[in-house]
Amino acid sequence: MIDKVVASAAHVVADVRDGATVLVGGFGTSGVPSELIDALIEQGARELTIVSNHAGNGDTGLARLIALGRVRRLVCSYPRHKDSYAFEGLFRAGKIELELVAQGTLAERLRAAGAGIGAFYTPTACGTDLARGKETRVIDGRAQVLEYALHGDVALICADRGDRWGNLVYRMAARNFGPLMAMAARCTIAQVREVVPLGALDPEVIVTPGIFVTFVVPEARVAAARSRSAA
Amino acid sequence: MTIRRYTRNEMAARVARDIPDGSYVNLGLGMPTLVGRHLASGREVILHSENGLLGMGPPAAPGLEDPDLINASREPVTLLPGGSYFHHADSFAMIRGGHLDYCVLGAFQVSAGGDLANWHTGAADAIPAVGGAMDLAVGARHVYVMMEHQTKQGEHKIVSRCTYPLTGAACVDRVYTDLAVIDVTPRGLAVVAMCDGLDFDALQRMTGVPLLRSSGAATAT
Repeated sequence: MIDKVVASAAHVVADVRDGATVLVGGFGTSGVPSELIDALIEQGARELTIVSNHAGNGDTGLARLIALGRVRRLVCSYPRHKDSYAFEGLFRAGKIELELVAQGTLAERLRAAGAGIGAFYTPTACGTDLARGKETRVIDGRAQVLEYALHGDVALICADRGDRWGNLVYRMAARNFGPLMAMAARCTIAQVREVVPLGALDPEVIVTPGIFVTFVVPEARVAAARSRSAA
Repeated sequence: MTIRRYTRNEMAARVARDIPDGSYVNLGLGMPTLVGRHLASGREVILHSENGLLGMGPPAAPGLEDPDLINASREPVTLLPGGSYFHHADSFAMIRGGHLDYCVLGAFQVSAGGDLANWHTGAADAIPAVGGAMDLAVGARHVYVMMEHQTKQGEHKIVSRCTYPLTGAACVDRVYTDLAVIDVTPRGLAVVAMCDGLDFDALQRMTGVPLLRSSGAATAT
């Protein structure tokens, strides 16, 4: 029987190697896989490349992972917020590498990786500093930049509900990068608010089919409630 | 006659009036978000937000905020009936694929050829962050800019060549400032409207590049 549901976040992140590329979903307050990030902090892997739209905020989650010096390189579209000081400090000190990517290009590079596309041409960033050193060509009369697929070793994403086959649905704008990162990584771990029985998710509205998902981890408070009811 | 500059609200109202009903529109950070207030009642203009919303409604009422329902500036918002959610690749397909009719962006500088600089001052110690600006600049069918005509120090923001790093080349169609509305045309920058008390020569003196008198240009509010 296929059962991708694993109660322990610590268990599923145990195999993340030093130097791994980790895709981290979320946009602002929405769709951040906070329990999985906390598990990765505890796990201890170093020299990570993190792919995320933001650089984290305050002293928790991704910002904490960065502050602990565990991230060698950040691939990101918007690392500047008023409370992104963990990243800022290390960046100014030259202790973290930044690859800045236009947000739509970041999304499409992830999608390409998941879809088996090696690279693509996009008009975004043509003639700007972000296209410097990249191959460009004119297609349909328009200058376009070559951008390569962006693969992950692991993806940490956050969905609303999932089943034991790994099918996922998201909630509102929390979808953001989740479905793309799920496709782009060799191992995709989804934190979910609720695990539902197989067949409970309407096949017409499943956003991420289970083939893209390796593990489904119920949020701890849900798991705690479940073990209480089992006891 | 003294110059009566357009207020930010007047600029936003004018942008809103120039966007036809039925349009799909993305409003950038800062001044452009004001345009939304002037689109609210009696209009059917569909707002897009990069983080996966189409049919975005007004800001969420106090107490009804939902951390999963935010706009690209991370502010709690609402979704109108008929609105939809989608992932980032679809969101930027809407932008880059030419499906979005208008985007309204702020700017540091706009060049006579329609180059846009709005993401980075180029300062050595600045943390670079681009977000969706470069995608919007090349993708939306009409790119409108809202900005002050000059900096607080009186420097030109409409320039022959941008000195700040570019967001996009030859992408701006129209600029709304506190002094005027100016179209970027193949012949040059054409004045569409000026604020009360301003004549063409005065506007020209306050602008870094030669302006064209547009046939329809008149002092207008």
